[in-house]
Amino acid sequence: MIPALFVFSYLLVVLYVGIFAFRRSSHEGSAEDYFLASRSLGATVFLFSLFGTNMTAFTILGSSGHAFSNGIVTFGLMASASALIIPLTLFLIGTRLWALGKRFGFMTPVQFFRDRWECGHIGTVIFSVQAALLVPYIIIGVMGGGSTLSAISGGWVPYWLGGAVVAFVVMSYVFFGGMRGTAWVNTLQTVLFLSFGAAALAIIGSGMGGFRHAAEEMLRSPATAPLLTRERISPWLFLSYTFIPLSTIAFPHINIFCLTARRMKQFKPTVILYPICLLAIWLPSVFLGVMANRAIEVPSIAAKVEARKTLATQGSALPAEERNRLRQAAAGDDVIVLLLSHYAPLWLAGLLGAGIMAAVMASDSQILALSTMFTEDVFAFYGGKERFGPAAQVHTGRIFVLGLTAVAYLIALRAPTSIFELAVQYAFSGYSSLFPLLAAALFWKGSTKWGALASTLWTVFAVVGIAIFQYAVPAPQSGPPVVAWTLFDVAVLSRTPGGTAVFGLMPVVPMVLISTLLMVAVSLVTRKPTEQTLKRYFSQQDRIRGSRSSRALVTSTTD
Amino acid sequence: MRVVLTAIVVAVYVLHQDLWFWRTARPLVLGFMPVGLAYHGLYCLLCSAVMGLLVKFAWPVHFDQAALLTEDEGR
Repeated sequence: MIPALFVFSYLLVVLYVGIFAFRRSSHEGSAEDYFLASRSLGATVFLFSLFGTNMTAFTILGSSGHAFSNGIVTFGLMASASALIIPLTLFLIGTRLWALGKRFGFMTPVQFFRDRWECGHIGTVIFSVQAALLVPYIIIGVMGGGSTLSAISGGWVPYWLGGAVVAFVVMSYVFFGGMRGTAWVNTLQTVLFLSFGAAALAIIGSGMGGFRHAAEEMLRSPATAPLLTRERISPWLFLSYTFIPLSTIAFPHINIFCLTARRMKQFKPTVILYPICLLAIWLPSVFLGVMANRAIEVPSIAAKVEARKTLATQGSALPAEERNRLRQAAAGDDVIVLLLSHYAPLWLAGLLGAGIMAAVMASDSQILALSTMFTEDVFAFYGGKERFGPAAQVHTGRIFVLGLTAVAYLIALRAPTSIFELAVQYAFSGYSSLFPLLAAALFWKGSTKWGALASTLWTVFAVVGIAIFQYAVPAPQSGPPVVAWTLFDVAVLSRTPGGTAVFGLMPVVPMVLISTLLMVAVSLVTRKPTEQTLKRYFSQQDRIRGSRSSRALVTSTTD
Repeated sequence: MRVVLTAIVVAVYVLHQDLWFWRTARPLVLGFMPVGLAYHGLYCLLCSAVMGLLVKFAWPVHFDQAALLTEDEGR
């Protein structure tokens, strides 16, 4: 019950911060203020908020759970793979998006694409695909909030009420506080994350009598020694994970967030410190997840280890139902909660609960991004702003936030979680596949709207194709993948226990490569934008001169 | 300078694929951390240093200037 009180106190603080404390703008009521905090965020809030926006429930719970089952490889796959790519894309692309937003008044990536490629309806297609890939995040955020609050309160708060409370809190501060409220709440969340990692490591380490003995014991056992190396994963699969962080800058909530900095120099600390923030949060989570394999004095963890052992030794001989039961029993998503509740004092368990809630509530940025995209890319673009005035734009955005959160909550009550977990899994690859659009628009004069359309349609085809394939071909229990298509004795398409492999790589690799190829090939044979547009984007002198008359062009072009 | 920085970034990308520590946990850094995990922890610090180099030597100042000019004109 005490942890639940911590969580409710945290939710109240979040409401206060989001709604009341930081609504202090002189431009209150304008769309730019509501959706982009008047492009005025300082360096610290920009760093912590951008980082917090990118962290989800997976960062603490999922990463330690994944490490519990797969070992130290989790850090290389999901943290250090991002440590180079994410800050590099922020440096190369984020800064440019910021500058273009400042000069031309863009508030969404689609506005930029429409102006850069002189298109209208193709922009709407891109908006639809981006929105479709983003919605599952919002739903899974509400689901995570419901189940987390229920678990932390020991069942005292039912799932439906937990989901409703989280949806209400997020909706309230996004509705009232807009980008400014969301940014400050994310800053608070990141501070909570950062303090959590080190504290948990120290307290659990001391509870377990230090990690030296645990590490040596793990190395002595043939069952756990491989968890301290990467011998169970192919180097090619490891390599393909470096394509996933390309999705970060392509996510609308991230690239819209890039527009909120007051000055471009605000990116500097973010670019430099992002890898260190990743290290501070992921290393303790992954290490504790691995070490949990030796915490067999915790009964629930001992049961997980036992279930995994049974699966490994007798798995193929067991009926499917029993295998599924064992797999669920062996899942490690709650190991960090179990470690803390066993080794940590109640106050830290409460703080952990608040940290988990902070992670789960990361859907705020996605809700705001979708609202921004709808009001700018659809409502304003198709004449709503001219017809009803700029004030109606903010009202529309707020109504959209209400409607979207309500729909997400209703879906979260009825739909099974697994569907949306899968959809989120596809969304990363999908956004990585949309990355060539941003890169081409910013760096290649020769890119065209038809190239962009080809890349976008390919992304849809690939994401839907993988979903159908994974539905049609059941995952093997363990061991070698099921090969579905071979060419000259080479396995082209396989179903693995964790998903799909193409030539032994994750599907994201061919998705990004083919998307790039389509962007280049189709652009080469189709008509370029006018010289005037290209000059505004690519001529150094015109970059400065052209800023005078560009804002009006944002919504004036059509296909 | 741009070529040198590009080469550094490519080299750091390659360093992520540390095949040399693939199948070994020893030595345990500080007595408890598998060398593969410690390597990737240090890799994050290296990435931060490389980002520092990019910010120092390749910061796109002209974008900032263009944006500032727009702001001045707007006043």
